[in-house]
Amino acid sequence: MLQFQVWTLPVLILTATTALAIPLSRYLAWIMDGHFAPPKPLTWIEQRLDTGAQNWKQYAVSLLLFNTVMFVFGFVVLTLQPVFGLNPDGKGMLAPTTIFNSAISFLTNTNLQHYSGEQHLSYASQIFFVCWNMFVSASVGFCALAAIVRALRGDARMGNFYLDMWRVVAYIFVPAALVMGILLLADGVPMTLHGGASATTVEPGGMGSNDAGQSQPQQIARGPVAAIIPIKHLGTNGGGFFGANSAHPFENPSAWSNMLTVVNYCLFPFALVLMFGRMLKKMRHAWMIFGVMMSIFLAMTGWAIYWDTLQPNPGLAGLPVDQHLGNLEGKELRFGTSAGAAFAAGTTAITCGSVNCAHDSLNPLAGITPLAGMWLNCVFGGKGVGLINMLLYLIIGVFIAGLMVGRTPEYLGKKVEAREMKLAMLALLVHPILILMPTGLFIASDWGAKATNNPGAHGFTEVLYEFSSASANNGSGFEGLGDTYGNNDNPNPAPYSPNWDIATGLVMLFSRFIPIVAPMALAASLAAKKPTPFTVGTMRTDTLTFGLVLLGTIIMVGALLFLPVAALGPIAEHLGPTPFGG
Amino acid sequence: MANTFIIEPQSGEQLAQDLKLGRRASRSGGLFQPELLKAALGQSVLMLRPDVQWKNPVMFVVEIGTVLTLIYTVAKAAGYESAASLNYLVALDVWLVLTLLFSNFASALAEARGKAQAESLRKTRQETPAQLLRNYRKNGPADFEHNDWRPEWTDSSRLQAGDVVLVEAGHVIPSDGEIVAGVASIDESAITGESAPVIREAGGDRSGVTGGTRVLSDRIVVEITAAAGSTFLDRMIALVEGASRQRTPNEIALTLVLAAFTFVFLMVTATLWPMASYVEHYMTGFNGTPVRSLGTDVPTLVALLVCLIPTTIGALLAAIGIAGMDRALRANVLAKSGKAVEVAGDVDTLLLDKTGTITLGNRHATQFVPFGNYSPGQLAYLAALASGEDETPEGKSIVDLYRQLRTSQAADGDYGNATVLVPPGAKFIPFTAQSRMSGVDLPNEKALRKGAPDAVIKYVDQKGGALPSGLKARINSVASKGATPLLVAEGSDVAGIVVLEDVLKPGIADRFQRLRQMGLRTVMITGDNPLTAAAIAKDAGVDDFLAEATPEAKLAYIRKEQAEGKLVAMMGDGTNDAPALAQADVGVAMNSGTQAAKEAGNMVDLDSDPTKLIETVEIGKQLLMTRGALTTFSIANDVAKYFAIVPAMFAGTLPWLKTVDVMNLHSPTSAILSAVIFNALIIPLLIPIALKGVKYRPIGADALLRRNLLIWGLGGVVTPFVGIKLIDIAMVALHLAV
Repeated sequence: MLQFQVWTLPVLILTATTALAIPLSRYLAWIMDGHFAPPKPLTWIEQRLDTGAQNWKQYAVSLLLFNTVMFVFGFVVLTLQPVFGLNPDGKGMLAPTTIFNSAISFLTNTNLQHYSGEQHLSYASQIFFVCWNMFVSASVGFCALAAIVRALRGDARMGNFYLDMWRVVAYIFVPAALVMGILLLADGVPMTLHGGASATTVEPGGMGSNDAGQSQPQQIARGPVAAIIPIKHLGTNGGGFFGANSAHPFENPSAWSNMLTVVNYCLFPFALVLMFGRMLKKMRHAWMIFGVMMSIFLAMTGWAIYWDTLQPNPGLAGLPVDQHLGNLEGKELRFGTSAGAAFAAGTTAITCGSVNCAHDSLNPLAGITPLAGMWLNCVFGGKGVGLINMLLYLIIGVFIAGLMVGRTPEYLGKKVEAREMKLAMLALLVHPILILMPTGLFIASDWGAKATNNPGAHGFTEVLYEFSSASANNGSGFEGLGDTYGNNDNPNPAPYSPNWDIATGLVMLFSRFIPIVAPMALAASLAAKKPTPFTVGTMRTDTLTFGLVLLGTIIMVGALLFLPVAALGPIAEHLGPTPFGG
Repeated sequence: MANTFIIEPQSGEQLAQDLKLGRRASRSGGLFQPELLKAALGQSVLMLRPDVQWKNPVMFVVEIGTVLTLIYTVAKAAGYESAASLNYLVALDVWLVLTLLFSNFASALAEARGKAQAESLRKTRQETPAQLLRNYRKNGPADFEHNDWRPEWTDSSRLQAGDVVLVEAGHVIPSDGEIVAGVASIDESAITGESAPVIREAGGDRSGVTGGTRVLSDRIVVEITAAAGSTFLDRMIALVEGASRQRTPNEIALTLVLAAFTFVFLMVTATLWPMASYVEHYMTGFNGTPVRSLGTDVPTLVALLVCLIPTTIGALLAAIGIAGMDRALRANVLAKSGKAVEVAGDVDTLLLDKTGTITLGNRHATQFVPFGNYSPGQLAYLAALASGEDETPEGKSIVDLYRQLRTSQAADGDYGNATVLVPPGAKFIPFTAQSRMSGVDLPNEKALRKGAPDAVIKYVDQKGGALPSGLKARINSVASKGATPLLVAEGSDVAGIVVLEDVLKPGIADRFQRLRQMGLRTVMITGDNPLTAAAIAKDAGVDDFLAEATPEAKLAYIRKEQAEGKLVAMMGDGTNDAPALAQADVGVAMNSGTQAAKEAGNMVDLDSDPTKLIETVEIGKQLLMTRGALTTFSIANDVAKYFAIVPAMFAGTLPWLKTVDVMNLHSPTSAILSAVIFNALIIPLLIPIALKGVKYRPIGADALLRRNLLIWGLGGVVTPFVGIKLIDIAMVALHLAV
């Protein structure tokens, strides 16, 4: 039974998701290629939105324009929270830096939360800011991928951004979220606009007493949770309605809902790889990419489960604690013993950022898995952008390996030359730089060193994790950082929280849009080239050999850059005495 | 009867081949000839100048780091407090400087080799006296005996394009030009190494002459096409020497990738400093006593940076490019740019002339087909008589075949037994373009004619003779087998057909097989009719053919291929080839060809060897492969270097990271130094690979990729683990490790 739960369950979930992703990918390609003829009122909307086929610059400008408007909108909604209505619990205004951070965070599909949902957000903010952004930000990445695929297959234009957005939101995410919402409602996830429930505790005075000596009722936060959770996962957003995210029983009531959650966040990233193959009419190539992603995914999940679920918690070593179920600190046992580690691996590889266990409490070496997932940022990755990142690794792999067969490197029959390499390197290297630079800056100054709960290697990991999460547009937290300012009138905010708000805000912004726009330019540049015919002298990109090249490129270019910080963080913590520092 | 057969190369050809190979071997010499080494060594010190290094972003970063390390060493010697010992810093300095020198040495050696190569060509470019003809009128009659040309002696260096010079037997042609009058035999061995003289004449496609070659007989009037110093060869020499070498598109792309890697590794190491300082801070708090690690020591961070950035390929990149040009030159192909060599590797379609490339230049008689009352022996005898004084290879082959048959079938009296074939008093009728037949008028007034079927038929008609029945059908059946029929007529009677066949070059089908495995399509270009062309194409195993090819048809074919995205290479010599040569992505002009052809192409083959295209493609592929292989190797090396350096850097603060040091190196400083030394030493060790190139094998892209991944990828991961450990062991053994 234990073995079933530890290994078989994760494997079954992945197999089921892959099986679902195959038909879904057909549907996605069908929608994105415009084969779906919607009923009249919807056609009318499409006609209003369709401003005509766009080249890459027009597409990129539309995308950036849309995001600018969304940023302003998000900023206004959060700022006006106290006066906006739908605020039964009378939530106040967040600190401006936190609003800045959150507006970017949700815009960029990151959902890094320097606030706590049930404490700081009104229902209006949850619906019009959080839920709205979850739909559109996921769609933005999706659209960018669709545009890139069209360019790669040689279409003259990349499609129309506004029409793509409409199709993704209306025909893909809304129906999927409705289905999932009903399933979650059935499992007990609340859906209400009433304010927090007030409950009399069974034990009198369980929540303390007032000055008059009467027992305080327990305030139980609730709200339109079931509306948000489906798209939170389907769109790989990950921002929780509650601070405790998917560990909270209202977000994730049971082992069944936990499995649904994993299927939800895996489903679209899996299907998008196959959609890529269908739209290109190169399924073998897509399966090769899928295979590479899946092998890294399995390796990372296996690593996390091995080091966390199958190893004792070193902090409890020597104490009279039964550790045969592995490290149980920070886990929700209603999901199963390996569910925390497996969920952590998936949510970071797929840059969802939803969490159902405390990543802070994973055994140190198991903590490498979520970090590595975010560092690579292409093991399925976020909606659309994960595959775009993978394409960048692929281009670099093609360039170096392509030379080794004695020809100018080609991808999909197009020559890869200086301009493409410039754009690929730019898009790919933004990510490590935006992790390492701020980590170095913060850790050496009070901003970071004084914000960590734990000094030493663990504190280092907390800082590293935060920037990795921001740059990967993941949004999960290792936690343990004083990065929450809270309401604007909070008399005792965490001292360096504005620094964290601004720094991670900027990191999220740059590592979202540079790796979207540069690859679009790259794809357009390839599209403009004349295709070269395929000969036996051409390197194939759909073989096992090329899969190994791709894997090697990801490890050499993506992973090794982070070996020094991995050594200073989780590895030093694992090997060193516990706890050092103090 | 097989309609083609293969014969061994004639001994003369074999000899020329041997000579060429021998000369090439002597010219290439060893990779490390002492005089080249000496020149390169001096040059590598001079190349330390920052403005030279600036062109190579990877090595420029190494240079900056080296300077920084030197400053720290001086500061340490002056008493500056640091976690590193002075000896360690000095050792680091030495190896960093050596890294730079090794890199410079690689490019300097490649350049020196190119220069040496160029020097041997330049010997042909010495000042020569020239007879300038001021009065020569280009379109006037060219009469060598009676003219008012007034030759005037001048120096070759004063000649301008457009000048006209007279070159007589025994004189050296002063500069590149085109013959406008006369015909001469010319010794081009200075350029091509071929000892056999070649004929060059005004008009037609063999009018180009090269400066530095010698007129052996007769005299010619040459219009100079390039002033001294700007001839084709001069431009090529400059390219090989590296003076005017421009980076190729692929080289630029790769440099960009390397620069990006360098930048990101710079970030990795630069951000390590504050991180290491944080570790020192908390470990000091934990231990209660101050601790330092090499992680905050700038020279050590420089060492890490230098090890991580792709110095191996960065150091060898220029050398690989120069060596590619050099290899082309060694094959006697002058490329107008490095780009041309590189593009050759990408070629998809090869247009090859049938004659000289696929078949031996000449057709051979293989069969006699008699008509009417003639026996095979009689026909053979008549044909041989008609060819008795025919010096063309076809004519000689008829006589040869006749002699052969007479020996083997001596019993048959029909073959005649005359030892002197052509009786005295016979009048030989030479072949002309108008009559399209040749023959002999015998003293007994019997006229023999042989020639193109329609010409002979017309001749017989005029004589009032009757054509044998089925003649046309027989002629067509011969043609459809890829052979050329010649009709032989005795007086007004058609005696029969001589079958002339193309002879495939030995091993040509294998070569095409090899090309197919390289992913190349071969197209045969021929003036033959489609029937004949199809038959030869099938035998030779080419993928396609272009029959009755006109220059326009060639151009159209190239454009059609290019429209499909293919890169096309072709070889040509004539002026009418010039448009096609210019249109082709790789146009190789033969040195014997016209100036127009040479200007239109982007390479010139000094040997005028039509099979050279194949070699050129391989050189291009080798160039790209060498870059890819060494880049892979360079990046793969990083794994071991991380494992050596990272634990060493933090040995002072996080001693337990030693577990990560899988090589179990002696001490932190020996670990870092071993990695730096390995990083430096690998450069000179790979110079031979960079200069010779990674061997190309036509085994298909997938197999080639697997092979190179195994050697350079996996090898690149494993080698430094072994190398660094060995260096560490050696340092301990020599008591150099602290």
